[in-house]
Amino acid sequence: MLFNIVTIAFFASMVAFIIYLATRSEVVALIGNVGAWVGFVASTAAMGLRWYESYHIPGGYGRIPLTNLYESIVFFAWSIILIYLIVDIKYKQRAIGAFIVPFAFMGMIWAQLGLDKSIEPLVPALQSNWLTYHVITCFLGYGAFAVACGVSIMYLIKIGPEERSKGTPLTGLLGMFPPSRVLDDINYKSIMIGFPLLTLGIITGAAWANYAWGTYWSWDPKETWSLIVWFVYAAFLHARFTRGWVGRRAAWLSIIGFAATIFCYLGVNLLLSGLHSYGS
Amino acid sequence: MNDNQQNPIDAIWDFFCSLKLSITTLILLATTSIIGTVIEQGSTPEAMAQKHGWNLGLMQFLDKSIDAFNMYHSWWFIGLLGLFAVNLICCSIKRLPRVWYTVKNPVLVPEEKMLQAFSNSEELTVKGDESAIKEKVNAFLTSHFAAATVTEKDGKTYYYAEKGAWSRFGVYVTHLSILIIFIGALMGSFWGYKGYVSIPEGSETDRVYRRDKQAEAPLGFTVRCESFSVSYYEGTRRPREFKSVLTVSENGQVVIKDRKVIVNEPLTYNGIVFYQSSYNPIGDPSFGLQVKERASGQVIDLRVPFGATRPLPGGGSVRVENYGDNGMIVRLGVTGTDGQRRIVDIYDPSTNISDERRGGEYIFTHTGFFQRYATGLQVAKDPGVEVVWLGCFLMVIGTMVAFFMSHRRIWVVLTPGSKGMNLRIAGNANRNQPGFEIGFDELKKAFKNEMSS
Ligand code: HEM
Repeated sequence: MLFNIVTIAFFASMVAFIIYLATRSEVVALIGNVGAWVGFVASTAAMGLRWYESYHIPGGYGRIPLTNLYESIVFFAWSIILIYLIVDIKYKQRAIGAFIVPFAFMGMIWAQLGLDKSIEPLVPALQSNWLTYHVITCFLGYGAFAVACGVSIMYLIKIGPEERSKGTPLTGLLGMFPPSRVLDDINYKSIMIGFPLLTLGIITGAAWANYAWGTYWSWDPKETWSLIVWFVYAAFLHARFTRGWVGRRAAWLSIIGFAATIFCYLGVNLLLSGLHSYGS
Repeated sequence: MNDNQQNPIDAIWDFFCSLKLSITTLILLATTSIIGTVIEQGSTPEAMAQKHGWNLGLMQFLDKSIDAFNMYHSWWFIGLLGLFAVNLICCSIKRLPRVWYTVKNPVLVPEEKMLQAFSNSEELTVKGDESAIKEKVNAFLTSHFAAATVTEKDGKTYYYAEKGAWSRFGVYVTHLSILIIFIGALMGSFWGYKGYVSIPEGSETDRVYRRDKQAEAPLGFTVRCESFSVSYYEGTRRPREFKSVLTVSENGQVVIKDRKVIVNEPLTYNGIVFYQSSYNPIGDPSFGLQVKERASGQVIDLRVPFGATRPLPGGGSVRVENYGDNGMIVRLGVTGTDGQRRIVDIYDPSTNISDERRGGEYIFTHTGFFQRYATGLQVAKDPGVEVVWLGCFLMVIGTMVAFFMSHRRIWVVLTPGSKGMNLRIAGNANRNQPGFEIGFDELKKAFKNEMSS
């Protein structure tokens, strides 16, 4: 029920931001922003409620709602919106919502329509505090990468016409986009937030694996893919720090990084086999 | 490297120091790692070809040429990691002394050119007593930023204050942490091993099967399995806990008694760690049955081994034919007083399915499932694991410092002139310039206010 409200709120927010790009109406932008906030609060409440319920299912012993594909998608959407709201407070660039909120909405709609929502008690391997730290850090990182990817797409759409216009401000839809310099900056800042979180996610995952199986690293496909994602963003940051890779190249790297993130999260489960088996 | 004058040693050195090399290595590692996630590691070309219908010739070629079935331990992948490490070491050797010098020898007296290069600066002229002005500047820097070092030179007075100079080392801590993790991993692979033991309940072992040697090796102490059990979530078949109770003794002396070991809670002794990983039934189970004869109301308790037959009051008999779900369901062959044989399924009491309603001559209740198990424990010895954690810890700290802190410096130069004292304030940060600018703008305003008051 509450999760449906979340989905609807994200949908409303997404539509409002898209209308905003077309109409330039500040009121519509405000609606989009409020929608994101409402969805965020409702999602927080819904996850809290689900946590509470897990104590009351037959044979239930209570557990954080982060242990199956459904719950993880919901948390992923929550993380994207959290990072988005932080960026929004800092940069006040309403237009970027149109390229970020859709990620959260797509996640929620898939979770609500396509995934098993039942609360199951945990199998022994998942009964660990490390699981909580691992999932939270990873998904906050993924949320930051989603934001980076959204603004990178905007950057790539905007930069061509902007260069051609040679300094005269763009009109129409593209005129509503933040200046490309700002988009580039948000891309970089989001990755700067996401990267340490991903690092923590990989480390807590290794700690957990070490507790449960006695190896902190076993080159399992999921582990390897998270390392691939880490390599991509490390390359991004180094290219930026010292070789001044900004603009187009940085935007492309950011999009590639997010594609790798999504593959790490979903593709590995659905296409490859290994220890992390949400998908099955 | 297009420079023909450069001698080859320097060229090699520059190559290993270059950031181009790091980015190339990172991207190569990222792309080649994908191979091992598609081709199941430890599998064989034949198995993979059969499982996915892939071309066997191609699989065999990948196996031979790039060791694709064990690629993370292949010479070329280890080589890439090695290149990565060498790159980091060279880079640090090259840069660290310079950074050290910058931190230890701050530019107390900046040249005119340097000051002009800073976009963050401000100039004003104030009148008044020189020593009072100096006093004010000093107090201002101390209260708004940091205590300043004062240098007098050529009639000018230079104030220098800095914050977060040590943050310049953040990058090196991060890079060092990666090397520390590598060292930990190497220690693990040289002096550690992975293994396996299987201990039947009530017995013990002092040997472990080592995967690396594919042979048994002595543990140096004895591990006894007191008991093993599986518990389920109420009313379901979902395992809740796999639990072994272990006792460790060394030289005939018990050193750890009745320690519970479950998944995620291993047992450690002498640097060797035991993880609950699997279990096997040993021999046939037996079953607790309570039988009530409906006619007489007489109740008896039986313990019946799998496949065995027991007589029942009134002349019938019961035999355990089969069982499932870890003894939750038991199939009985019941011969009644009429000599007819019937099949009766009974269920564990937690399922709340009673035999009463069947209405047979005998009412059966499932009162127990007695199965002897052997617990299966993963065994790991890894003397490098602490080193790896140290590296991880430093990486987190180093990354935070490298990303979110910066070395901020402020200079104030006092030049006496005919119209009064000329004050120049300039500042610089080695990272996050925009953030620094905002802070500096406020500082500038405060500076103007306080100096002119
Ligand atoms: C958590 C991971 C990492 C972080 C946070 C990090 C951070 C940094 C930073 C901030 C710089 C810029 C230094 C400057 O501006 O002067 C840098 C430079 C560099 N990094 Fe990394 N790094 C990481 C991993 C790596 C890895 C895995 C390599 C492997 C080859 C590497 C190689 C280099 C090199 C060669 C430089 C240039 C030399 C220098 O400026 O000192 N880094 N790194």
